Amino acid sequence: MKHTISVLVENKFGVLARVAGLFSARGYNIASLAVSETLDASISYMTIVVDAKDETVLEQIKKQLNKLIDVITVTDFTKKTHVERELALVKINYVAKDKAKIASVLKKYVAKIVHSKANTAIIEAVGEEEQIKALLESLGKFGIKELIRTGKIAITIGG
Amino acid sequence: MKMTGAQILIECLKREGVEVMFGYPGGQVLPLFDKIYDTDIKFILVRHEQGAAHAADGYARATGKPGVCIATSGPGATNLVTGIANAFMDSIPMVAITGQVKSYLIGNDAFQEADVTGITRPITKHNFLVKDVKDLARTMREAFYIASTGRPGPVLIDVPSDVQMAETEYIWPERVEIRSYNPTYFGHPGQIKKAAKMIQASKKPVVYAGGGIISSSAHLVLREFAERIQAPVTWTLMGIGGFPATNKLSLGMLGMHGTGYANHAITASDLIIAVGARFDDRVTGRLDAFAPKAKVIHIDIDPSSISKNIRVDIPIVGDARNILGELLEQMKKTPDTSSWLLEIDALKKKYPMRYNKDGNKIKPQYVIEQIDEVTGGNAIITTEVGQNQMWAAQWYKYNQPRTFISSGGLGTMGFGFPAAMGAKIGYPDKIVFDIAGDGSIQMNIQELATCICNKINVKIAILNNGYLGMVRQWQELFYKKRYSHTCLTGPDFVKLAESFGAAGIRVTKKEDVRQAIEKAIAIDNTVLIDFHIEPEENVFPMVPAGEAINTMIEGLA
Repeated sequence: MKHTISVLVENKFGVLARVAGLFSARGYNIASLAVSETLDASISYMTIVVDAKDETVLEQIKKQLNKLIDVITVTDFTKKTHVERELALVKINYVAKDKAKIASVLKKYVAKIVHSKANTAIIEAVGEEEQIKALLESLGKFGIKELIRTGKIAITIGG
Repeated sequence: MKMTGAQILIECLKREGVEVMFGYPGGQVLPLFDKIYDTDIKFILVRHEQGAAHAADGYARATGKPGVCIATSGPGATNLVTGIANAFMDSIPMVAITGQVKSYLIGNDAFQEADVTGITRPITKHNFLVKDVKDLARTMREAFYIASTGRPGPVLIDVPSDVQMAETEYIWPERVEIRSYNPTYFGHPGQIKKAAKMIQASKKPVVYAGGGIISSSAHLVLREFAERIQAPVTWTLMGIGGFPATNKLSLGMLGMHGTGYANHAITASDLIIAVGARFDDRVTGRLDAFAPKAKVIHIDIDPSSISKNIRVDIPIVGDARNILGELLEQMKKTPDTSSWLLEIDALKKKYPMRYNKDGNKIKPQYVIEQIDEVTGGNAIITTEVGQNQMWAAQWYKYNQPRTFISSGGLGTMGFGFPAAMGAKIGYPDKIVFDIAGDGSIQMNIQELATCICNKINVKIAILNNGYLGMVRQWQELFYKKRYSHTCLTGPDFVKLAESFGAAGIRVTKKEDVRQAIEKAIAIDNTVLIDFHIEPEENVFPMVPAGEAINTMIEGLA
């Protein structure tokens, strides 16, 4: 089962390798990983979607992450109200006869064309994983040429 | 005061109270070795960097203080790797300092370059690459702090040679604070109260003690605790010496080569009190058959050890000594274990530790018993890995912590001899015996030269059976006696020892065993005793891998 966790780490050389190495050494799966700086330049924020077969494995992942010296806090979003988003850039066939249909799909999913040239358009979509998935299904019939997705990022509500 | 990086390293080692370092020079540590030339800190030049890491480890296990080893970049550092991994698996405080190619050459495949922080990342508690001399003093301070606090472990500092030469103002950081590292030392009061209640309600408690007892110096409070609640105590290989073997509550070691009565007691128990132990597979055997009737209280400083392998009823995170003390305070009422202790006595009678004493051949168990008798149980025993290790664990009676030094988690052949050197330097007045096999001893035999040059008078007892005995035992029991590459043709160990300047004694008769041990102790030199033992003697009892711990092969019909 997939779980989203965030990891606040010291913004230091090699920290990503420590986190990634932990997952590979202990046989845990990373479904996605997003890393960025925070307001405090000395801290980086990692959002990791992990695939854990049960609660025990998830607990171990969190404990092992906490054990890394450079990890400041680990937050499990599974039981926390939170907002999560991912971003997709989708390159699709964009021919005259489909333009109106594509426009209505984009309207439904609050996505937009950020670039178009000849018979190709690049669409930017932001949303929860399920929304992105649904959008991609809808766009599939027009012909997707290329697809890039970021990992998920998440933030807790309130506080 | 302005200092070079190399001087700062030495100053920091002094401030940390380091009295000895083990190492080997090389191109990228030349600036550091130039300062080592002038320092009062004892430096032991080994003959292979692996020896330096194990010696630092042995010193740390014997004294409780962090061991220090030093090597150059590339091959020097990679030769430390086994020793660092060994310390990591057994939670031993160690600081390894390695030279690195000049900082501006890193990543260029320079001569003797290796990504040492990359290589050692999964086998250190933490590691550092110091790229700026201004960070050096703080990094050293943090390294020792991290290595020796919480669940201890090895820390590596990789220092490029230009950083060793660069100058900066030396400022010793009085305080060390790492916002992301705050080990828990005191147990949660609510959990302790719950645990106390559970203990009071139990009828068949067993204390299962691990290496955490040794590293937190909890041996005295453990004894008080066990005696107060009248619970039998069993221990892991790493927990040996944490509870007196001669105490009437002692059950000996448990697990694969544990005593039958310890394993049967675990199986019958209604409450396991695990202290500083991690339910390793060599201890538990088949997990679903381990302590099937018992509730589990698990005390450990490392939260990730808890509920990793088995389900725990009451976890308590913290330092073993503190928590046992806190538990004792809560023990107003103690459980009535009188009938349980009678049951334990019956188990001890039913499954005694024994071996076949017939015949003229020297039995390895007998050799260990004799070393125990001659040294009055007061020696420091180190071991290699395999049969020698298990016999040393089973047949010597350890009553003090830090007197049994053995590679538990990693199972590193070649550990015992350099570890003995480290222990002897920590305790020059103690008799230090390395119990070895003829296979293991050859993995770091070059350190005989280190012993002779530095007058480190350790005693080596080789239980020479001409085999890689433990692997041969598995081949005998589980691979139809197909002894694939386990038969060794050894050197003449006596001549080998003599060629280094050590004394060598060969013993082929049972009646000469004791005298040889006495003689070895009397000789003021490093002594190697080559005991020619029964070649196909096995270590029993034995739980086959993956079986329930109460299904033991007894060995004797």
